Amino acid sequence: MSDLKNIKEKFIIKLNDNLNLDEINKIKSELFGKNGLISSQFKNISSISEIDRKKFASDLNQIKDELQNLITNKINEIESKKINEKLEKEKVDITLPERSFVRGKIHPVSQTIDEISSIFSEIGFSVEEGPDVENEYNNFTALNTPDNHPARDMHDTFYLDETKNLLLRTHTSPVQIRTMLKDKPPFKIIAPGRTYRSDSDQTHAPMFHQVEGLHIDKDINMGHLKGCLNYFIKEFFEVDKIKMRFRPSHFPFTEPSAEVDIGYEIKDGKIVIGEGDQWLEILGCGMVHPNVLKNVKVDPSKYQGYAFGIGIDRLAMLKYGINDLRAFFECDYRWLNHFGFDPLDVPTNYRGLSR
Amino acid sequence: MKITFDWLKEHLNTNLKEEKLLEQLTNVGLEVESVANLSEGLDLFKVARIIKTEKHPNADRLKVCDVDVGEKELKKVVCGASNARKGLITIYAPPGAVIPKSKAKLVVAKIRDVTSYGMLCSESELNLSDESDGISELSSVKYKKSIGKSYFSKSKSNLIDLSITPNRPDCLGVRGIARDLAASGIGKLKDFKEKKNKSNLKQSIKVKINKEKIQGCNAFGSCIIKNVKNAESPKWLKDKLISIGEKPISAIVDITNYVMFDINRPLHAYDADKIEKGIVVRNSKSGEDFTALDKKNYKLEDNMCVITDNKGVLGIGGIIGGTRSGTEFDTKNVFLEAAYFDPTSIRSTAKKLNIDTDAKFRNERGIDPLSIEEGLNKAASLIKEICGGEISKIDIQKIETYKNKIIKFDTNLFERISGFKISTKEMIKILEDLGFNCKKEKKYLRLSVPSWRPDILQDIDIVEELVRISGYDKINIVDPIKERTKSTLTQPQKLFHFLQRAIASKGYMEAITWSFTDSNYNDHFKGLNKEIKIINPISSELGVLRNSIFSNLIMYISKNLDRGFKDLSIFEIGPVFSGSNPGDQTTVVCGLSAGKKSRLSWIEKERNVDVFDVKKDVVQTLVEAGYSSDKFFIDNETPNYYHPGKSGRLFLNRGKDQIAANFGEIHPNILKSLDIKSESLVGFEIFLDNLKLPKKTLNDQKPKFIISDFQKSERDFAFVVKKDVKAQDLINVISNVDKDLISNIQVFDVYEGENIPENQKSIAISVTIQSSKKTLNDNDLESINNLIIETVENKTGAKIRS
Repeated sequence: MSDLKNIKEKFIIKLNDNLNLDEINKIKSELFGKNGLISSQFKNISSISEIDRKKFASDLNQIKDELQNLITNKINEIESKKINEKLEKEKVDITLPERSFVRGKIHPVSQTIDEISSIFSEIGFSVEEGPDVENEYNNFTALNTPDNHPARDMHDTFYLDETKNLLLRTHTSPVQIRTMLKDKPPFKIIAPGRTYRSDSDQTHAPMFHQVEGLHIDKDINMGHLKGCLNYFIKEFFEVDKIKMRFRPSHFPFTEPSAEVDIGYEIKDGKIVIGEGDQWLEILGCGMVHPNVLKNVKVDPSKYQGYAFGIGIDRLAMLKYGINDLRAFFECDYRWLNHFGFDPLDVPTNYRGLSR
Repeated sequence: MKITFDWLKEHLNTNLKEEKLLEQLTNVGLEVESVANLSEGLDLFKVARIIKTEKHPNADRLKVCDVDVGEKELKKVVCGASNARKGLITIYAPPGAVIPKSKAKLVVAKIRDVTSYGMLCSESELNLSDESDGISELSSVKYKKSIGKSYFSKSKSNLIDLSITPNRPDCLGVRGIARDLAASGIGKLKDFKEKKNKSNLKQSIKVKINKEKIQGCNAFGSCIIKNVKNAESPKWLKDKLISIGEKPISAIVDITNYVMFDINRPLHAYDADKIEKGIVVRNSKSGEDFTALDKKNYKLEDNMCVITDNKGVLGIGGIIGGTRSGTEFDTKNVFLEAAYFDPTSIRSTAKKLNIDTDAKFRNERGIDPLSIEEGLNKAASLIKEICGGEISKIDIQKIETYKNKIIKFDTNLFERISGFKISTKEMIKILEDLGFNCKKEKKYLRLSVPSWRPDILQDIDIVEELVRISGYDKINIVDPIKERTKSTLTQPQKLFHFLQRAIASKGYMEAITWSFTDSNYNDHFKGLNKEIKIINPISSELGVLRNSIFSNLIMYISKNLDRGFKDLSIFEIGPVFSGSNPGDQTTVVCGLSAGKKSRLSWIEKERNVDVFDVKKDVVQTLVEAGYSSDKFFIDNETPNYYHPGKSGRLFLNRGKDQIAANFGEIHPNILKSLDIKSESLVGFEIFLDNLKLPKKTLNDQKPKFIISDFQKSERDFAFVVKKDVKAQDLINVISNVDKDLISNIQVFDVYEGENIPENQKSIAISVTIQSSKKTLNDNDLESINNLIIETVENKTGAKIRS
């Protein structure tokens, strides 16, 4: 027993010296190597009298554990000291710039189209599209605007052939015609897209964007039209209250027709939507003219409903405080970066349209 | 349409203030575009007398005048008019006044070293007449006591500019506007007592309307006023025209204009003595020509409605008169015309001749065919009143007699469309106020449409009248129901939005550019497409529809490079055109990337953007969109605007059916010819319409989740192959060796040069081998190893590098 005790005491003193890793490992093999002091003690167990054997074994195990723990702790201590020394040397200037990254942006018109689609999606509209090049029939005649109708003057049209049959659509309304011709009522669609008029100055661009809306069913009246647009405008501008004015107007393809103004005021040089005593025209709408329904083989005595057309660029300008329409299409990198949206900012209903 | 409150009140009895009235105009659909005070600042213009004139010391043609403007001191004014003379009473504009014609604001100015305080004005400068020769000469009898007083009488009436929609010709006259307002319940339309001229004098010029296949004129009314003395209009008439921004010309012309603005009845006055042997209204024949009042000579085509006499064309009916028969100050006998022209005929003639006049604007919208007599009476009486003379009987020639349109109106339709109710009694009241004749018949109203409303054709138009006059604010809001029965976007639309954001997330700025472009740019990128010209482009630089988005993008990237940006990535998603028919278009995502990666980085090595950057953007985007890159097939048969050696075509599978995308360096010749200053320019096109939609959407159940936990092993091979052997082929051969065991193949080195024979290259590939059934032992691995080497060597002519 005293042997064991001696070994233990002797080695505890030894291990508590300021040793390096090699020295500790040397002690380790001295004790636990093949012929180590502790290892050889284990071999002795069988030669000890049966009476003492149990105690001896238990003592030996205890000393073994104790020394082993001590060695492990010492090794850990030294290693962690080593790591700390190494880390001390590895310090970088963390204020140096990160690796380079580039950021893309979504054009405000695209973002606005997604916002509009998201709002109308909520009340059951689906998105339709039509071609940019249209024929005269779909763009005008089918929309109750026959040739030699003065209303055609309101649309400065780009033509693609001398007979003036092929043209760039002047509005998104021909999508109404296409949609109704290919399907059966009811219809509940919006159709965003590019539109063209040969008109170019500070406030007009030869290309701009419109979204068409069409809702045809058995009992859709002007109240539904008002409700739908009222809902849309509030959602789009993300305000609770909005001053809105419906006033009579004229479009050949709707009867009765209306233009819609919203209230605004200029505060600190910025336009504030919803309040104020100024009016701003933002869209045209009305009940689809029976002649249009007849042209697309829908029976106006059974079906009726409304249509509207909104200038998307105008909406984007108002919502995001953009002054110059032409800048939308001039592709200035600084402008795109300033007014663009992060591609991860997908407008959704649950998260809100904008951050 | 310009009106004033005062003029309106000549037709409307109302207590309403101007502000409320303006609101009501908009409420009934006569939108107020602007309101301006015309007389604002006009009080500055003073009646003045020239006391003394001297020759300007430094200019022969200028005079320095001392002018009495009713103040203590005389004003020194430099004046160039030859009629400026001592004693002349004229009109003086002080510094600060705005000259009506030029809108220029006067300041104290030195004119050739002499300071001039204000200006003496000509009638033309004040928009009083066309007289620009010399300064205005006022009658000394009338004005001698007015020196220093304002020349213009103060008018409190604002100029109201209304935007009249093309369906409402009746509101191109003040009376029509008053009628709408009265119907809306804010006043009463004044009774209009027509002055009938009792005359025994015969209308001595014979008028005949020819019956034509395309009838341009249906009715032609006329009368003669004999022995008139044409003169300047009296002040009330001048003021009236000036108040709506019109310029007075002579009494006869001013009167016809006045009647036109008042009741929208265009008239035309001829010098009766210049008409040769009666008037024939007929269609023109190709080859005829005539000189119009705008001093232009017009060559006429067949079937244009013209007013003629024995000598030829006098005027184009309802559009413009001619110089030959116009009235002048010395006109003795006036022939007055009031006719009804077919709007379609007017419009097509005016379009062909490219003439735009006030008369055309009104006639093409449709004039009240029953206003001929009223107009002639009104104008003739005024001419007699102002110019004297004797009025003849009225002669009206007609091709057909006008009948009022009759509409049977189902009163239930109103609520069905508007969503609110008004009583039949109210309906009748509104319609009668608008001039309809109403008869109640059981369920219907039998309505006779007033002759001045050509826009009212069917029952829906009646609904519009009733809603409009009742007020749009009566329409109840019906909140929309939040319910969706159909998905908002179709799969291709979803793909559009996905690709748009996927590309943007790779560092590209989204641009939106015109669908048209400059043919000089388009030529570089049109490939096999033909050019699609716009007949009437805004400018020649926007003369063709784009065959590719590149033409616009490259132009704008070049502009941005010129702004000093070096590293730019932009893209556009939108239409490109292959023909001029509807539907000859496809949707393309097109991007360009210029400059370097990691420019001036302390940590990364800078390098030019290259073809593998755009390849990554394209492949990553397609993979994100749900396409499997394992199946992609790439070749190098790209369009000629790409660098022939550094570009590729990508197909979604080996079937090569439709091109999914092109990518590569833009051809150096194009950069040179367009003078693009960038270290490198690479681009891509993804053809949306060629992307087969993935069969499985995210909605569909994901495939079964299968993984293998058996040990995997990686083996590296280096093959020496001919230079033209493609990595894609090598990978393909290897993956086909054993699809069950080979789970991944990675090219990790490509090497040419020392130790490799000429025209050959070494490709190093790491292959991951893993079984889903068992742990592979050394034998298994060895045999697949050998199989890979053997197959690659056999199929590609490669040699394993030892």
